[in-house]
Amino acid sequence: MSTATLDLPPHGLGRRARGWLVAALCIAVIALMLLPLVMSVLASLRPLAETSQVPPTYLPSELSLENYRKVAAYQQGIWVYVRNSAVVAAMTIVLCVALAVPAGYAFARFPVPGKELWFVLILSSMMIPYQALIVPLYLMFSRLGLTASPLGLAILHTMLQLPFSVYLMRNSFEAVPRELEEAARVDGASTAFQLRRVFIPLAAPGIVTVALFAFITSWNEFIGALILMNSESAFTVPIMLTGVVSGDFGSVDWGALQASVVISMLPCLLVYLALQKYYVSGLLSGAVK
Amino acid sequence: MSSRRNAFVGLAWLAPTLAFVGLFVMWPMVHLIWLSFTSTSLLTGKGEWVGLDNFATAVSDPRFWAAFRFTLLYTAIITPILMVLGFALALLVAPNTPLRRLTRTVVFLPVVIGLASSSLLWFWLFDQQVGLFNRILVDAGLLSEPMVWFRKAETGLAAVIISVTWKVVGFGMILIMAGIQSIGTDLFEAARIDGASAWLRVRRIILPLAARSIGMATVISIIGSMLAFDQFYLMTGGGPRGKTFTSVYWIYQSGFVRFDLGYSAALSVILMLVIMAMTVVQLRLQAMRRRP
Repeated sequence: MSTATLDLPPHGLGRRARGWLVAALCIAVIALMLLPLVMSVLASLRPLAETSQVPPTYLPSELSLENYRKVAAYQQGIWVYVRNSAVVAAMTIVLCVALAVPAGYAFARFPVPGKELWFVLILSSMMIPYQALIVPLYLMFSRLGLTASPLGLAILHTMLQLPFSVYLMRNSFEAVPRELEEAARVDGASTAFQLRRVFIPLAAPGIVTVALFAFITSWNEFIGALILMNSESAFTVPIMLTGVVSGDFGSVDWGALQASVVISMLPCLLVYLALQKYYVSGLLSGAVK
Repeated sequence: MSSRRNAFVGLAWLAPTLAFVGLFVMWPMVHLIWLSFTSTSLLTGKGEWVGLDNFATAVSDPRFWAAFRFTLLYTAIITPILMVLGFALALLVAPNTPLRRLTRTVVFLPVVIGLASSSLLWFWLFDQQVGLFNRILVDAGLLSEPMVWFRKAETGLAAVIISVTWKVVGFGMILIMAGIQSIGTDLFEAARIDGASAWLRVRRIILPLAARSIGMATVISIIGSMLAFDQFYLMTGGGPRGKTFTSVYWIYQSGFVRFDLGYSAALSVILMLVIMAMTVVQLRLQAMRRRP
Protein backbone atom coordinates (compact mmCIF):
# COMPACT_ATOMS: atom_id res chain seq x y z
CA MET A 1 0.00 0.00 0.00
CA SER A 2 2.46 2.63 -1.13
CA THR A 3 -0.37 4.90 -2.19
CA ALA A 4 -1.93 4.97 1.26
CA THR A 5 -3.38 8.45 0.91
CA LEU A 6 -5.07 7.51 -2.34
CA ASP A 7 -6.57 4.45 -0.67
CA LEU A 8 -8.73 6.63 1.52
CA PRO A 9 -12.05 7.36 -0.08
CA PRO A 10 -12.64 11.11 -0.12
CA HIS A 11 -15.66 11.16 2.13
CA GLY A 12 -15.57 7.72 3.75
CA LEU A 13 -14.07 6.34 6.91
CA GLY A 14 -10.37 5.82 7.46
CA ARG A 15 -8.91 2.40 6.75
CA ARG A 16 -8.51 1.49 10.43
CA ALA A 17 -11.97 2.63 11.38
CA ARG A 18 -13.39 0.64 8.52
CA GLY A 19 -11.55 -2.46 9.70
CA TRP A 20 -13.15 -2.14 13.13
CA LEU A 21 -16.56 -1.55 11.62
CA VAL A 22 -16.25 -4.69 9.49
CA ALA A 23 -15.16 -6.72 12.52
CA ALA A 24 -18.08 -5.41 14.59
CA LEU A 25 -20.55 -6.17 11.79
CA CYS A 26 -19.17 -9.68 11.34
CA ILE A 27 -19.46 -10.41 15.05
CA ALA A 28 -22.99 -9.00 15.17
CA VAL A 29 -24.02 -11.17 12.19
CA ILE A 30 -22.44 -14.26 13.76
CA ALA A 31 -24.24 -13.61 17.06
CA LEU A 32 -27.58 -13.04 15.36
CA MET A 33 -27.35 -16.18 13.23
CA LEU A 34 -26.14 -18.40 16.07
CA LEU A 35 -28.64 -17.14 18.63
CA PRO A 36 -31.62 -19.34 17.57
CA LEU A 37 -29.39 -22.43 17.41
CA VAL A 38 -27.83 -21.75 20.81
CA MET A 39 -31.21 -21.01 22.40
CA SER A 40 -32.60 -24.21 20.95
CA VAL A 41 -29.75 -26.34 22.29
CA LEU A 42 -29.94 -24.69 25.72
CA ALA A 43 -33.71 -25.10 25.85
CA SER A 44 -33.38 -28.79 25.06
CA LEU A 45 -31.08 -29.16 28.08
CA ARG A 46 -33.52 -27.67 30.59
CA PRO A 47 -34.87 -29.79 33.40
CA LEU A 48 -38.46 -30.94 32.75
CA ALA A 49 -39.93 -28.52 35.29
CA GLU A 50 -38.57 -25.53 33.35
CA THR A 51 -39.59 -26.50 29.83
CA SER A 52 -43.05 -24.94 29.99
CA GLN A 53 -42.27 -22.09 32.34
CA VAL A 54 -44.04 -18.77 31.57
CA PRO A 55 -42.33 -16.42 30.95
CA PRO A 56 -39.40 -18.52 29.75
CA THR A 57 -35.94 -18.17 31.23
CA TYR A 58 -32.99 -17.46 28.95
CA LEU A 59 -30.68 -19.97 30.57
CA PRO A 60 -31.50 -23.30 32.17
CA SER A 61 -30.98 -23.30 35.95
CA GLU A 62 -29.12 -26.56 35.51
CA LEU A 63 -28.32 -28.77 32.54
CA SER A 64 -30.31 -31.95 32.26
CA LEU A 65 -30.87 -34.70 29.71
CA GLU A 66 -34.44 -35.37 30.81
CA ASN A 67 -35.93 -34.07 27.55
CA TYR A 68 -33.69 -36.40 25.56
CA ARG A 69 -34.72 -39.32 27.75
CA LYS A 70 -38.31 -38.39 27.11
CA VAL A 71 -38.02 -38.31 23.31
CA ALA A 72 -36.05 -41.53 23.43
CA ALA A 73 -39.33 -43.06 24.57
CA TYR A 74 -41.58 -40.94 22.33
CA GLN A 75 -44.08 -43.19 20.51
CA GLN A 76 -41.89 -45.86 18.91
CA GLY A 77 -38.78 -44.19 20.37
CA ILE A 78 -36.88 -41.51 18.49
CA TRP A 79 -34.10 -43.90 17.48
CA VAL A 80 -36.57 -45.78 15.26
CA TYR A 81 -37.19 -42.56 13.32
CA VAL A 82 -33.51 -41.65 13.25
CA ARG A 83 -32.79 -45.12 11.90
CA ASN A 84 -35.53 -44.77 9.26
CA SER A 85 -34.07 -41.44 8.13
CA ALA A 86 -30.56 -42.90 8.09
CA VAL A 87 -31.65 -45.93 6.04
CA VAL A 88 -33.47 -43.74 3.49
CA ALA A 89 -30.48 -41.37 3.28
CA ALA A 90 -28.05 -44.29 2.84
CA MET A 91 -30.20 -45.78 0.07
CA THR A 92 -30.42 -42.36 -1.61
CA ILE A 93 -26.64 -41.99 -1.52
CA VAL A 94 -26.12 -45.47 -2.97
CA LEU A 95 -28.71 -44.93 -5.72
CA CYS A 96 -27.37 -41.48 -6.66
CA VAL A 97 -23.76 -42.66 -6.84
CA ALA A 98 -24.61 -45.97 -8.54
CA LEU A 99 -26.59 -44.17 -11.25
CA ALA A 100 -24.61 -40.94 -11.66
CA VAL A 101 -21.09 -42.43 -11.80
CA PRO A 102 -21.66 -44.67 -14.85
CA ALA A 103 -23.90 -42.05 -16.49
CA GLY A 104 -21.29 -39.32 -15.98
CA TYR A 105 -18.63 -41.67 -17.36
CA ALA A 106 -20.71 -42.37 -20.46
CA PHE A 107 -21.37 -38.66 -21.04
CA ALA A 108 -17.72 -37.73 -20.52
CA ARG A 109 -16.03 -40.43 -22.61
CA PHE A 110 -18.32 -42.36 -24.98
CA PRO A 111 -19.75 -41.47 -28.40
CA VAL A 112 -23.30 -42.35 -27.34
CA PRO A 113 -25.80 -41.57 -30.11
CA GLY A 114 -28.04 -38.63 -29.18
CA LYS A 115 -25.80 -37.89 -26.21
CA GLU A 116 -26.55 -34.20 -25.76
CA LEU A 117 -30.25 -34.87 -26.14
CA TRP A 118 -30.17 -37.44 -23.32
CA PHE A 119 -28.16 -35.03 -21.20
CA VAL A 120 -30.68 -32.23 -21.69
CA LEU A 121 -33.50 -34.68 -20.97
CA ILE A 122 -31.96 -35.65 -17.64
CA LEU A 123 -31.23 -32.05 -16.67
CA SER A 124 -34.65 -30.87 -17.76
CA SER A 125 -36.28 -33.08 -15.16
CA MET A 126 -35.03 -30.39 -12.76
CA MET A 127 -37.59 -28.08 -14.31
CA ILE A 128 -40.44 -30.22 -13.06
CA PRO A 129 -41.27 -29.42 -9.44
CA TYR A 130 -41.37 -32.79 -7.68
CA GLN A 131 -44.24 -31.54 -5.53
CA ALA A 132 -46.34 -31.74 -8.70
CA LEU A 133 -45.35 -35.37 -9.34
CA ILE A 134 -46.23 -36.64 -5.90
CA VAL A 135 -49.82 -37.54 -6.83
CA PRO A 136 -48.88 -39.98 -9.66
CA LEU A 137 -45.87 -41.25 -7.73
CA TYR A 138 -48.08 -41.99 -4.73
CA LEU A 139 -50.43 -44.03 -6.95
CA MET A 140 -47.52 -45.87 -8.57
CA PHE A 141 -45.83 -46.59 -5.25
CA SER A 142 -49.00 -47.85 -3.60
CA ARG A 143 -49.43 -50.30 -6.49
CA LEU A 144 -45.80 -51.43 -6.14
CA GLY A 145 -45.95 -51.65 -2.33
CA LEU A 146 -43.42 -48.84 -2.04
CA THR A 147 -45.41 -46.59 0.30
CA ALA A 148 -44.25 -46.66 3.92
CA SER A 149 -41.07 -48.22 2.52
CA PRO A 150 -37.58 -46.71 2.80
CA LEU A 151 -36.85 -47.75 -0.78
CA GLY A 152 -39.85 -45.82 -2.13
CA LEU A 153 -38.84 -42.62 -0.36
CA ALA A 154 -35.20 -43.14 -1.39
CA ILE A 155 -36.35 -43.37 -5.03
CA LEU A 156 -38.14 -40.03 -4.65
CA HIS A 157 -35.07 -38.43 -3.06
CA THR A 158 -32.82 -39.88 -5.78
CA MET A 159 -35.13 -38.38 -8.37
CA LEU A 160 -34.56 -34.97 -6.73
CA GLN A 161 -30.77 -35.26 -6.70
CA LEU A 162 -30.07 -37.22 -9.87
CA PRO A 163 -29.86 -34.38 -12.44
CA PHE A 164 -27.36 -32.47 -10.29
CA SER A 165 -25.41 -35.68 -9.59
CA VAL A 166 -25.14 -36.66 -13.26
CA TYR A 167 -24.13 -33.13 -14.20
CA LEU A 168 -21.43 -33.06 -11.53
CA MET A 169 -20.06 -36.51 -12.42
CA ARG A 170 -19.88 -35.63 -16.10
CA ASN A 171 -17.82 -32.55 -15.25
CA SER A 172 -15.60 -34.48 -12.84
CA PHE A 173 -14.86 -37.21 -15.40
CA GLU A 174 -14.29 -34.72 -18.21
CA ALA A 175 -11.59 -33.13 -16.07
CA VAL A 176 -9.62 -36.42 -15.95
CA PRO A 177 -6.56 -36.10 -18.25
CA ARG A 178 -6.88 -38.22 -21.41
CA GLU A 179 -3.25 -39.40 -21.20
CA LEU A 180 -4.00 -41.41 -18.08
CA GLU A 181 -6.77 -43.48 -19.62
CA GLU A 182 -4.78 -43.91 -22.82
CA ALA A 183 -1.98 -45.46 -20.80
CA ALA A 184 -4.48 -47.85 -19.25
CA ARG A 185 -5.98 -48.64 -22.65
CA VAL A 186 -2.61 -49.51 -24.14
CA ASP A 187 -2.22 -51.97 -21.28
CA GLY A 188 -5.44 -53.57 -22.53
CA ALA A 189 -7.60 -52.61 -19.55
CA SER A 190 -11.37 -52.92 -19.98
CA THR A 191 -13.59 -49.83 -19.70
CA ALA A 192 -14.89 -51.05 -16.36
CA PHE A 193 -11.32 -51.42 -15.14
CA GLN A 194 -10.46 -47.93 -16.36
CA LEU A 195 -13.49 -46.54 -14.57
CA ARG A 196 -12.54 -48.25 -11.33
CA ARG A 197 -8.79 -47.67 -11.38
CA VAL A 198 -8.39 -44.38 -13.24
CA PHE A 199 -11.58 -42.38 -13.21
CA ILE A 200 -13.14 -43.03 -9.82
CA PRO A 201 -10.00 -42.27 -7.78
CA LEU A 202 -9.44 -39.03 -9.70
CA ALA A 203 -13.08 -37.97 -9.51
CA ALA A 204 -13.42 -38.84 -5.82
CA PRO A 205 -14.14 -35.22 -4.74
CA GLY A 206 -17.10 -35.16 -7.15
CA ILE A 207 -18.42 -38.42 -5.70
CA VAL A 208 -18.10 -37.05 -2.16
CA THR A 209 -20.10 -33.98 -3.23
CA VAL A 210 -22.81 -36.15 -4.81
CA ALA A 211 -23.07 -38.24 -1.63
CA LEU A 212 -23.08 -35.17 0.61
CA PHE A 213 -25.94 -33.47 -1.25
CA ALA A 214 -27.86 -36.74 -1.41
CA PHE A 215 -27.54 -37.08 2.36
CA ILE A 216 -28.63 -33.52 3.19
CA THR A 217 -31.56 -33.57 0.75
CA SER A 218 -32.78 -36.92 1.93
CA TRP A 219 -32.39 -36.23 5.65
CA ASN A 220 -34.37 -32.98 5.39
CA GLU A 221 -36.99 -33.70 2.71
CA PHE A 222 -40.51 -33.18 4.04
CA ILE A 223 -43.57 -33.31 1.78
CA GLY A 224 -42.64 -36.58 0.04
CA ALA A 225 -41.99 -38.27 3.36
CA LEU A 226 -45.24 -36.82 4.75
CA ILE A 227 -47.27 -38.39 1.94
CA LEU A 228 -45.40 -41.63 1.25
CA MET A 229 -44.47 -42.69 4.79
CA ASN A 230 -48.06 -43.11 5.86
CA SER A 231 -47.52 -45.50 8.73
CA GLU A 232 -46.05 -44.50 12.04
CA SER A 233 -43.29 -47.09 12.16
CA ALA A 234 -41.98 -45.77 8.82
CA PHE A 235 -41.84 -42.07 9.80
CA THR A 236 -38.61 -40.22 9.13
CA VAL A 237 -37.35 -37.60 11.60
CA PRO A 238 -39.04 -34.55 9.98
CA ILE A 239 -42.41 -36.35 10.05
CA MET A 240 -41.92 -37.42 13.64
CA LEU A 241 -41.41 -33.71 14.46
CA THR A 242 -44.92 -32.90 13.23
CA GLY A 243 -46.24 -35.48 15.69
CA VAL A 244 -44.35 -33.93 18.58
CA VAL A 245 -45.63 -30.45 17.78
CA SER A 246 -49.26 -31.46 17.36
CA GLY A 247 -48.93 -33.12 20.76
CA ASP A 248 -50.29 -36.43 21.94
CA PHE A 249 -52.56 -34.78 24.49
CA GLY A 250 -53.57 -31.67 22.59
CA SER A 251 -50.80 -29.48 23.95
CA VAL A 252 -47.23 -29.13 22.73
CA ASP A 253 -44.50 -30.80 24.79
CA TRP A 254 -41.91 -28.07 24.33
CA GLY A 255 -39.05 -29.93 25.95
CA ALA A 256 -39.53 -32.97 23.75
CA LEU A 257 -39.86 -30.70 20.72
CA GLN A 258 -36.57 -28.93 21.49
CA ALA A 259 -34.70 -32.17 21.99
CA SER A 260 -36.02 -33.68 18.77
CA VAL A 261 -35.31 -30.49 16.79
CA VAL A 262 -31.71 -30.60 18.02
CA ILE A 263 -31.42 -34.30 17.11
CA SER A 264 -32.82 -33.55 13.63
CA MET A 265 -30.35 -30.69 12.99
CA LEU A 266 -27.19 -32.19 14.39
CA PRO A 267 -26.21 -34.68 11.63
CA CYS A 268 -26.53 -32.02 8.90
CA LEU A 269 -24.56 -29.44 10.85
CA LEU A 270 -21.75 -31.89 11.61
CA VAL A 271 -21.56 -33.22 8.07
CA TYR A 272 -21.54 -29.69 6.68
CA LEU A 273 -18.80 -28.50 9.04
CA ALA A 274 -16.70 -31.54 8.19
CA LEU A 275 -17.19 -31.31 4.41
CA GLN A 276 -17.82 -27.58 3.92
CA LYS A 277 -15.41 -27.30 1.00
CA TYR A 278 -17.31 -29.91 -1.02
CA TYR A 279 -20.66 -28.42 -0.13
CA VAL A 280 -19.89 -24.88 -1.24
CA SER A 281 -18.12 -25.91 -4.44
CA GLY A 282 -20.98 -28.26 -5.29
CA LEU A 283 -23.54 -25.57 -4.64
CA LEU A 284 -21.74 -23.09 -6.87
CA SER A 285 -21.19 -25.54 -9.71
CA GLY A 286 -24.82 -26.61 -9.49
CA ALA A 287 -26.16 -23.08 -9.64
CA VAL A 288 -23.63 -21.65 -12.03
CA LYS A 289 -23.51 -24.42 -14.62
CA MET B 1 -12.03 -50.65 -30.12
CA SER B 2 -14.40 -49.56 -32.82
CA SER B 3 -16.45 -46.47 -32.18
CA ARG B 4 -19.59 -48.50 -32.77
CA ARG B 5 -18.71 -50.82 -29.93
CA ASN B 6 -17.84 -47.78 -27.84
CA ALA B 7 -21.30 -46.36 -28.49
CA PHE B 8 -22.88 -49.58 -27.19
CA VAL B 9 -20.68 -49.62 -24.11
CA GLY B 10 -21.54 -45.99 -23.40
CA LEU B 11 -25.24 -46.63 -23.84
CA ALA B 12 -24.99 -49.51 -21.41
CA TRP B 13 -23.40 -47.24 -18.79
CA LEU B 14 -26.12 -44.69 -19.37
CA ALA B 15 -29.09 -47.06 -19.53
CA PRO B 16 -29.85 -47.32 -15.76
CA THR B 17 -30.10 -43.53 -15.39
CA LEU B 18 -32.27 -43.17 -18.50
CA ALA B 19 -34.53 -45.97 -17.26
CA PHE B 20 -34.78 -44.29 -13.85
CA VAL B 21 -35.66 -40.88 -15.31
CA GLY B 22 -38.15 -42.45 -17.71
CA LEU B 23 -39.85 -44.52 -15.03
CA PHE B 24 -39.89 -42.05 -12.14
CA VAL B 25 -40.01 -38.65 -13.86
CA MET B 26 -41.32 -38.87 -17.43
CA TRP B 27 -43.95 -41.53 -16.90
CA PRO B 28 -45.40 -39.88 -13.74
CA MET B 29 -45.55 -36.61 -15.67
CA VAL B 30 -47.61 -38.22 -18.42
CA HIS B 31 -49.75 -39.94 -15.77
CA LEU B 32 -50.21 -36.61 -13.96
CA ILE B 33 -51.52 -34.95 -17.11
CA TRP B 34 -53.89 -37.86 -17.70
CA LEU B 35 -55.09 -37.77 -14.07
CA SER B 36 -55.85 -34.07 -14.37
CA PHE B 37 -58.58 -34.95 -16.88
CA THR B 38 -60.20 -37.49 -14.53
CA SER B 39 -62.15 -37.53 -11.28
CA THR B 40 -59.80 -40.01 -9.59
CA SER B 41 -60.29 -40.31 -5.83
CA LEU B 42 -57.59 -41.18 -3.35
CA LEU B 43 -59.95 -43.51 -1.49
CA THR B 44 -60.98 -45.75 -4.40
CA GLY B 45 -58.12 -45.05 -6.79
CA LYS B 46 -60.76 -44.98 -9.54
CA GLY B 47 -62.25 -42.19 -11.58
CA GLU B 48 -63.81 -41.19 -14.86
CA TRP B 49 -62.72 -39.00 -17.72
CA VAL B 50 -64.12 -35.53 -17.01
CA GLY B 51 -62.34 -33.53 -19.70
CA LEU B 52 -61.44 -30.02 -18.62
CA ASP B 53 -63.78 -30.02 -15.60
CA ASN B 54 -60.96 -29.93 -13.04
CA PHE B 55 -59.37 -26.94 -14.74
CA ALA B 56 -62.74 -25.18 -14.94
CA THR B 57 -63.22 -25.86 -11.22
CA ALA B 58 -59.75 -24.44 -10.51
CA VAL B 59 -60.44 -21.24 -12.42
CA SER B 60 -63.69 -20.64 -10.50
CA ASP B 61 -62.37 -21.88 -7.13
CA PRO B 62 -61.82 -18.85 -4.86
CA ARG B 63 -59.67 -20.94 -2.50
CA PHE B 64 -57.30 -21.85 -5.35
CA TRP B 65 -56.93 -18.17 -6.28
CA ALA B 66 -56.55 -17.20 -2.63
CA ALA B 67 -53.74 -19.75 -2.23
CA PHE B 68 -52.11 -18.59 -5.47
CA ARG B 69 -52.35 -14.93 -4.46
CA PHE B 70 -51.00 -15.68 -1.01
CA THR B 71 -48.04 -17.55 -2.55
CA LEU B 72 -47.33 -14.57 -4.80
CA LEU B 73 -47.57 -12.21 -1.82
CA TYR B 74 -45.15 -14.36 0.19
CA THR B 75 -42.76 -14.49 -2.78
CA ALA B 76 -43.05 -10.74 -3.43
CA ILE B 77 -42.19 -9.92 0.18
CA ILE B 78 -39.47 -12.45 0.93
CA THR B 79 -37.51 -12.22 -2.34
CA PRO B 80 -36.37 -8.58 -2.00
CA ILE B 81 -35.57 -9.16 1.68
CA LEU B 82 -33.43 -12.18 0.84
CA MET B 83 -31.66 -10.47 -2.05
CA VAL B 84 -30.90 -7.19 -0.27
CA LEU B 85 -29.64 -8.98 2.85
CA GLY B 86 -27.82 -11.56 0.73
CA PHE B 87 -26.09 -8.82 -1.25
CA ALA B 88 -25.17 -6.86 1.89
CA LEU B 89 -23.77 -10.00 3.52
CA ALA B 90 -21.90 -10.90 0.34
CA LEU B 91 -20.26 -7.46 0.31
CA LEU B 92 -19.30 -7.92 3.94
CA VAL B 93 -17.77 -11.37 3.64
CA ALA B 94 -16.35 -11.43 0.09
CA PRO B 95 -12.71 -10.57 0.99
CA ASN B 96 -10.77 -13.55 2.30
CA THR B 97 -9.96 -12.90 5.95
CA PRO B 98 -10.35 -15.40 8.82
CA LEU B 99 -13.18 -13.48 10.52
CA ARG B 100 -15.08 -13.10 7.26
CA ARG B 101 -14.66 -16.78 6.43
CA LEU B 102 -16.04 -17.64 9.86
CA THR B 103 -18.99 -15.31 9.24
CA ARG B 104 -19.69 -17.07 5.93
CA THR B 105 -19.65 -20.47 7.59
CA VAL B 106 -22.02 -19.36 10.35
CA VAL B 107 -24.47 -17.56 8.05
CA PHE B 108 -24.56 -20.67 5.88
CA LEU B 109 -25.20 -23.08 8.81
CA PRO B 110 -29.02 -22.82 8.75
CA VAL B 111 -29.05 -23.55 4.99
CA VAL B 112 -28.06 -27.17 5.61
CA ILE B 113 -30.61 -27.94 8.32
CA GLY B 114 -34.10 -29.03 7.34
CA LEU B 115 -36.91 -26.57 6.76
CA ALA B 116 -39.01 -28.69 9.11
CA SER B 117 -36.41 -28.37 11.88
CA SER B 118 -36.01 -24.62 11.45
CA SER B 119 -39.77 -24.05 11.19
CA LEU B 120 -40.39 -25.87 14.46
CA LEU B 121 -37.44 -24.16 16.13
CA TRP B 122 -39.01 -20.80 15.25
CA PHE B 123 -42.51 -22.02 16.07
CA TRP B 124 -41.21 -22.37 19.62
CA LEU B 125 -39.35 -19.02 19.58
CA PHE B 126 -42.55 -17.26 18.47
CA ASP B 127 -44.82 -18.94 21.01
CA GLN B 128 -46.68 -16.39 23.10
CA GLN B 129 -46.06 -18.27 26.34
CA VAL B 130 -42.74 -20.09 26.22
CA GLY B 131 -41.12 -18.41 23.18
CA LEU B 132 -37.84 -16.63 23.74
CA PHE B 133 -38.21 -14.37 20.68
CA ASN B 134 -41.24 -12.79 22.33
CA ARG B 135 -39.34 -12.53 25.61
CA ILE B 136 -36.47 -10.73 23.86
CA LEU B 137 -38.87 -8.30 22.16
CA VAL B 138 -40.61 -7.58 25.47
CA ASP B 139 -37.31 -7.16 27.35
CA ALA B 140 -36.04 -4.83 24.62
CA GLY B 141 -39.19 -2.74 25.06
CA LEU B 142 -40.40 -3.41 21.51
CA LEU B 143 -43.56 -5.15 22.70
CA SER B 144 -45.50 -4.42 25.85
CA GLU B 145 -46.56 -8.05 26.18
CA PRO B 146 -45.85 -11.29 24.27
CA MET B 147 -47.62 -11.39 20.92
CA VAL B 148 -49.76 -14.23 19.56
CA TRP B 149 -48.05 -14.35 16.17
CA PHE B 150 -50.19 -17.05 14.60
CA ARG B 151 -53.60 -15.60 15.46
CA LYS B 152 -53.59 -13.24 12.49
CA ALA B 153 -52.57 -14.09 8.93
CA GLU B 154 -50.37 -10.97 8.66
CA THR B 155 -48.29 -11.64 11.76
CA GLY B 156 -48.22 -15.37 10.98
CA LEU B 157 -46.78 -14.52 7.56
CA ALA B 158 -44.27 -12.15 9.20
CA ALA B 159 -43.17 -14.93 11.56
CA VAL B 160 -42.70 -17.37 8.67
CA ILE B 161 -40.74 -14.76 6.70
CA ILE B 162 -38.42 -14.04 9.65
CA SER B 163 -37.73 -17.74 10.16
CA VAL B 164 -37.20 -18.52 6.46
CA THR B 165 -34.95 -15.47 6.05
CA TRP B 166 -32.75 -16.76 8.85
CA LYS B 167 -32.78 -20.21 7.27
CA VAL B 168 -31.92 -19.36 3.64
CA VAL B 169 -30.22 -15.95 3.54
CA GLY B 170 -26.82 -17.69 3.40
CA PHE B 171 -27.72 -19.29 0.08
CA GLY B 172 -28.08 -15.97 -1.77
CA MET B 173 -25.02 -14.69 0.06
CA ILE B 174 -22.81 -17.51 -1.25
CA LEU B 175 -24.04 -17.19 -4.85
CA ILE B 176 -23.67 -13.40 -4.92
CA MET B 177 -20.32 -13.59 -3.14
CA ALA B 178 -19.01 -15.90 -5.85
CA GLY B 179 -20.16 -13.30 -8.39
CA ILE B 180 -18.35 -10.50 -6.54
CA GLN B 181 -15.18 -12.56 -6.13
CA SER B 182 -15.00 -13.21 -9.86
CA ILE B 183 -14.60 -9.46 -10.50
CA GLY B 184 -10.93 -8.72 -11.13
CA THR B 185 -9.12 -6.77 -8.41
CA ASP B 186 -7.55 -4.45 -10.98
CA LEU B 187 -10.94 -2.85 -11.55
CA PHE B 188 -11.18 -2.02 -7.84
CA GLU B 189 -7.64 -0.70 -7.80
CA ALA B 190 -8.35 1.54 -10.76
CA ALA B 191 -11.51 2.87 -9.13
CA ARG B 192 -9.70 3.39 -5.85
CA ILE B 193 -6.90 5.33 -7.51
CA ASP B 194 -9.51 7.44 -9.26
CA GLY B 195 -10.79 8.27 -5.79
CA ALA B 196 -14.18 6.58 -6.15
CA SER B 197 -16.01 6.33 -2.81
CA ALA B 198 -17.00 2.95 -1.40
CA TRP B 199 -20.64 3.61 -2.28
CA LEU B 200 -19.73 4.54 -5.85
CA ARG B 201 -17.62 1.40 -6.20
CA VAL B 202 -20.53 -0.75 -5.00
CA ARG B 203 -22.99 0.93 -7.32
CA ARG B 204 -20.87 1.32 -10.43
CA ILE B 205 -18.65 -1.76 -10.33
CA ILE B 206 -19.94 -4.48 -8.03
CA LEU B 207 -23.65 -4.17 -8.70
CA PRO B 208 -23.42 -4.25 -12.52
CA LEU B 209 -20.78 -7.00 -12.61
CA ALA B 210 -22.52 -9.17 -10.00
CA ALA B 211 -25.90 -8.51 -11.63
CA ARG B 212 -26.05 -11.96 -13.23
CA SER B 213 -25.37 -13.85 -10.05
CA ILE B 214 -27.91 -11.66 -8.26
CA GLY B 215 -30.38 -12.37 -11.07
CA MET B 216 -29.79 -16.10 -10.72
CA ALA B 217 -30.08 -16.06 -6.94
CA THR B 218 -33.33 -14.11 -7.39
CA VAL B 219 -34.85 -16.63 -9.79
CA ILE B 220 -33.80 -19.62 -7.65
CA SER B 221 -35.28 -17.96 -4.61
CA ILE B 222 -38.51 -17.05 -6.42
CA ILE B 223 -38.95 -20.66 -7.56
CA GLY B 224 -38.29 -21.89 -4.02
CA SER B 225 -40.82 -19.45 -2.56
CA MET B 226 -43.47 -20.34 -5.15
CA LEU B 227 -43.15 -23.96 -3.99
CA ALA B 228 -43.37 -23.11 -0.27
CA PHE B 229 -45.09 -25.76 1.83
CA ASP B 230 -43.16 -27.08 4.85
CA GLN B 231 -42.87 -23.74 6.66
CA PHE B 232 -46.62 -22.99 6.41
CA TYR B 233 -47.72 -26.56 7.10
CA LEU B 234 -45.68 -26.57 10.30
CA MET B 235 -45.97 -22.97 11.51
CA THR B 236 -49.43 -21.72 10.53
CA GLY B 237 -51.16 -24.94 9.46
CA GLY B 238 -52.75 -22.86 6.70
CA GLY B 239 -54.63 -20.87 9.33
CA PRO B 240 -56.20 -18.76 10.58
CA ARG B 241 -59.30 -19.74 8.57
CA GLY B 242 -57.31 -21.03 5.60
CA LYS B 243 -55.72 -17.63 4.95
CA THR B 244 -52.15 -18.91 4.74
CA PHE B 245 -52.55 -21.81 2.33
CA THR B 246 -49.90 -21.75 -0.40
CA SER B 247 -50.28 -23.30 -3.85
CA VAL B 248 -48.47 -26.50 -2.93
CA TYR B 249 -50.36 -26.63 0.36
CA TRP B 250 -53.64 -26.42 -1.54
CA ILE B 251 -52.50 -29.23 -3.86
CA TYR B 252 -51.68 -31.34 -0.80
CA GLN B 253 -54.97 -30.42 0.85
CA SER B 254 -57.03 -31.25 -2.27
CA GLY B 255 -55.34 -34.57 -2.93
CA PHE B 256 -54.50 -35.99 0.45
CA VAL B 257 -56.95 -34.36 2.88
CA ARG B 258 -59.97 -34.01 0.58
CA PHE B 259 -59.01 -37.13 -1.44
CA ASP B 260 -59.68 -35.44 -4.81
CA LEU B 261 -56.61 -36.61 -6.74
CA GLY B 262 -57.97 -35.53 -10.11
CA TYR B 263 -58.39 -31.94 -8.97
CA SER B 264 -55.05 -32.05 -7.18
CA ALA B 265 -53.44 -33.26 -10.44
CA ALA B 266 -54.99 -30.38 -12.40
CA LEU B 267 -53.58 -27.89 -9.87
CA SER B 268 -50.21 -29.64 -10.12
CA VAL B 269 -50.24 -29.27 -13.91
CA ILE B 270 -50.88 -25.53 -13.55
CA LEU B 271 -48.08 -25.23 -10.98
CA MET B 272 -45.74 -27.23 -13.21
CA LEU B 273 -46.34 -24.85 -16.13
CA VAL B 274 -45.71 -21.78 -13.96
CA ILE B 275 -42.47 -23.23 -12.55
CA MET B 276 -41.26 -24.41 -15.97
CA ALA B 277 -41.71 -20.91 -17.36
CA MET B 278 -39.62 -19.56 -14.49
CA THR B 279 -36.94 -22.18 -15.02
CA VAL B 280 -36.64 -21.11 -18.64
CA VAL B 281 -35.84 -17.61 -17.34
CA GLN B 282 -33.24 -19.12 -15.01
CA LEU B 283 -31.61 -21.09 -17.84
CA ARG B 284 -31.50 -17.95 -19.98
CA LEU B 285 -29.65 -16.16 -17.19
CA GLN B 286 -27.23 -19.06 -16.87
CA ALA B 287 -26.58 -19.04 -20.62
CA MET B 288 -25.85 -15.30 -20.41
CA ARG B 289 -23.44 -15.97 -17.59
CA ARG B 290 -21.52 -18.61 -19.48
CA ARG B 291 -20.66 -16.16 -22.25
CA PRO B 292 -17.47 -14.17 -21.63
